[in-house]
Amino acid sequence: MGRPDTFSVLAALAAVTDHLGLVGTINSTFNEPFDVAREFATLDHLSDGRAGWNVVTSWDAFTGENFRRGGYLAQEDRYTRAQSFLSAARELWNSWSAGDLGTDSGTDPFVTDPAAGSYEFADRHFDIRGRFSVPRSPQGNPVVFQAGDSDEGREFAAANADAIFSRHSTYDAGRAFYTDVKRRLAQHGRSPEDLLILPGATFVVGDTDHEAQEQAHAIRRQQVSGQTAINVLEQLWNRDLSSYDPEGPLPEVDPVPGQNTLAKGRASVRRHEDVVATAREWRERAVAEKLSIRELVIEVTGRQSFVGSPLTIASQLNHFVQNDACDGFILVPHLTPTGLDPFVDRVIPLLQELGVYRTSYEGTTLRENLGLPPLRDGVGSARAHGVAS
Amino acid sequence: MLMSTDYPIHLAVALDGAGWHPAAWRHETLQPAELFSPQFWTELVQEAERGLLDLVTLEDRFAASRQQDGDTVDIVHGTLDPALIAARIGPVTHRIGLVPTAIAPHTEPFHISKSIATLDHVTSGRAGLRVRTSADPREFANIGRRPTPRFHGAEAGSADAEEAFGEVSDYIEVVRRLWDSWEDDAEIRDVDTGRFIDRDRLHYIDFQSPNFSVRGPSITPRPPQGQPVITVRAHDERGYALIGRDADIGLTTPRDAADAARIATAIRKEAVAADRDPGDIRVLADLVVFLDRTSTAAHARKDDLDELAGGEFASDAAVFVGTPDGLTDQLLEWSAAGVDGFRLRPASARYDLERITRDLVPRLQQRGAFRPHYTTTTLREHFGLPRPASRYSAA
Repeated sequence: MGRPDTFSVLAALAAVTDHLGLVGTINSTFNEPFDVAREFATLDHLSDGRAGWNVVTSWDAFTGENFRRGGYLAQEDRYTRAQSFLSAARELWNSWSAGDLGTDSGTDPFVTDPAAGSYEFADRHFDIRGRFSVPRSPQGNPVVFQAGDSDEGREFAAANADAIFSRHSTYDAGRAFYTDVKRRLAQHGRSPEDLLILPGATFVVGDTDHEAQEQAHAIRRQQVSGQTAINVLEQLWNRDLSSYDPEGPLPEVDPVPGQNTLAKGRASVRRHEDVVATAREWRERAVAEKLSIRELVIEVTGRQSFVGSPLTIASQLNHFVQNDACDGFILVPHLTPTGLDPFVDRVIPLLQELGVYRTSYEGTTLRENLGLPPLRDGVGSARAHGVAS
Repeated sequence: MLMSTDYPIHLAVALDGAGWHPAAWRHETLQPAELFSPQFWTELVQEAERGLLDLVTLEDRFAASRQQDGDTVDIVHGTLDPALIAARIGPVTHRIGLVPTAIAPHTEPFHISKSIATLDHVTSGRAGLRVRTSADPREFANIGRRPTPRFHGAEAGSADAEEAFGEVSDYIEVVRRLWDSWEDDAEIRDVDTGRFIDRDRLHYIDFQSPNFSVRGPSITPRPPQGQPVITVRAHDERGYALIGRDADIGLTTPRDAADAARIATAIRKEAVAADRDPGDIRVLADLVVFLDRTSTAAHARKDDLDELAGGEFASDAAVFVGTPDGLTDQLLEWSAAGVDGFRLRPASARYDLERITRDLVPRLQQRGAFRPHYTTTTLREHFGLPRPASRYSAA
């Protein structure tokens, strides 16, 4: 609760890092394409080519009550609007080509082509035209991440994204997701290596597996306070449950299905296929295992993905990648700023010994370091090739 | 110990591309691509900080080129987002204030408020924000939300102008309320109760006007300065009223010392009319500067630039062409007339900035008119402006 502005903090981080990719989660609902395209192009310039955009459609801290643009998008409009937004942004980025700036201030004009930056984009969501205001950035387009999991979200990723920030961090779910999404790429004229699957992964590194397990449980108890447990329950139940005792039994009352009635964007009933069934399942489990609200929430939410000794974790990570459960991981440390240290100090060296992790950065841009292929021919020089819509 | 406020002159520099003269990029032998590199901006602002300046402003536009320059291939094209330039520079500077521009009709006050709050956190209290409106039709076509208002020249008194100024005023009010929407001590990090924040110290702002409807609260904790410094540029009475009511620092364009006195008085009157302490507002005069060791050299450089640009340089602000000694005299005269300092617009970004920091500043220091070193750390402190309490804090 409480966080910095995404773009500003990434721009500041660009000043104190040299190689890390800087990926911002930015909502396509409460922004204008020109503004967002400009911010990512700026970030890419200011980081010498390390910008990435995690495109989300509406699920973050914002609500339509804070913005001119927008209102709250209906479920069915989220991806059409996101698709339109991303297409508009690409149109803007691609309106400049690498050769559009003069290279000799004595003799060349500032722009070598009077039409540099010209674009036009009109559909049912946006109607904009003119010249984009940021010359081509080092990566051309930022690396595009996508995090949605629905069928629409997977199609969107297969059509548009360079990487998926997936939530399938278990082996079986990871393999199923990986197979499904990679299979979709061919329909969009893309190859399996064009889209990376990177699940969010939490971890607890201990001296031994046993010690790590104990630590993991202690961390979960710290993370899930009584208040947190009630908040999690409210997200499913879609009702005010503040009068319930987190150390007591689960509510007997059923969740409210459909449109959420709490602050929009806070309750997340859409994440669960059938909220009443899920609630029943949780209630039965709590009774069977004698769990309080808080203990139940500890059990059903966010158990750490990888728990063990450094060797155990390194082996598991490698196993996942070698067997197509994913292409890599987005680590989610449970503490900032020190939470990543045990992983960096103890797990990374083992991955390097296994020969499955870099010992120095391969390239300078995020795209290069992710091993993504260069932007496809035509992408990034639409205007020059005369194929602008 | 002497405080910053014990010296009569505050100095700011306005950065915009290669400089304020449209041909500056040729004179500076800048490769066009350099303007988009982090090194270019870092070096400029670090140079300004070596000169102990109060702040730099960063211009903005949502169009490919400066409106007054037109769009021929020979003039500078492209602008990076100034709020991100400021954030990129924050970690590699230590004292200088960073004031990016936001264009009210094209951006959301909710986004800007958290962006500037974050800049203030990153810089330990050196953030500011300049808010302006726009009448550039190219910008409105790029956003695609509404038609371009008309309020220049003959249309200065139009309903569009009224609406545009009202939007800037509302924008500032929303941004200030959002900064206040987290009380200073809202983050309690209470391990015993498992509460990271105290929800009673977060507040809806419930702002409603024809321009905006913003509920709040912000997502970003209150910035170190409470409210980062807000600046507005004005050319006429309506603008002075806006500064008097809504700004911490007014940027003005006097023609001479008498004009400077008149404008400063007008703004302070407007502050009183808006029920504010006029001592809480600083008035800076904008000047475009072409500086050289001799007056002849300065004029020759300007002539060269004008010839490259194919016309005589024109500006909304007064233009000074001459030596650092001559400028020192003029600044002292205008300062005595009642302004609190100056925002200098270097005709050539690198060259004229160095003349300011290396030649002008030492002369002002010798005259006892400018700080010999930084004695304060936040931008508000540099200007002797008080740190506002959150309007939502229980008294």
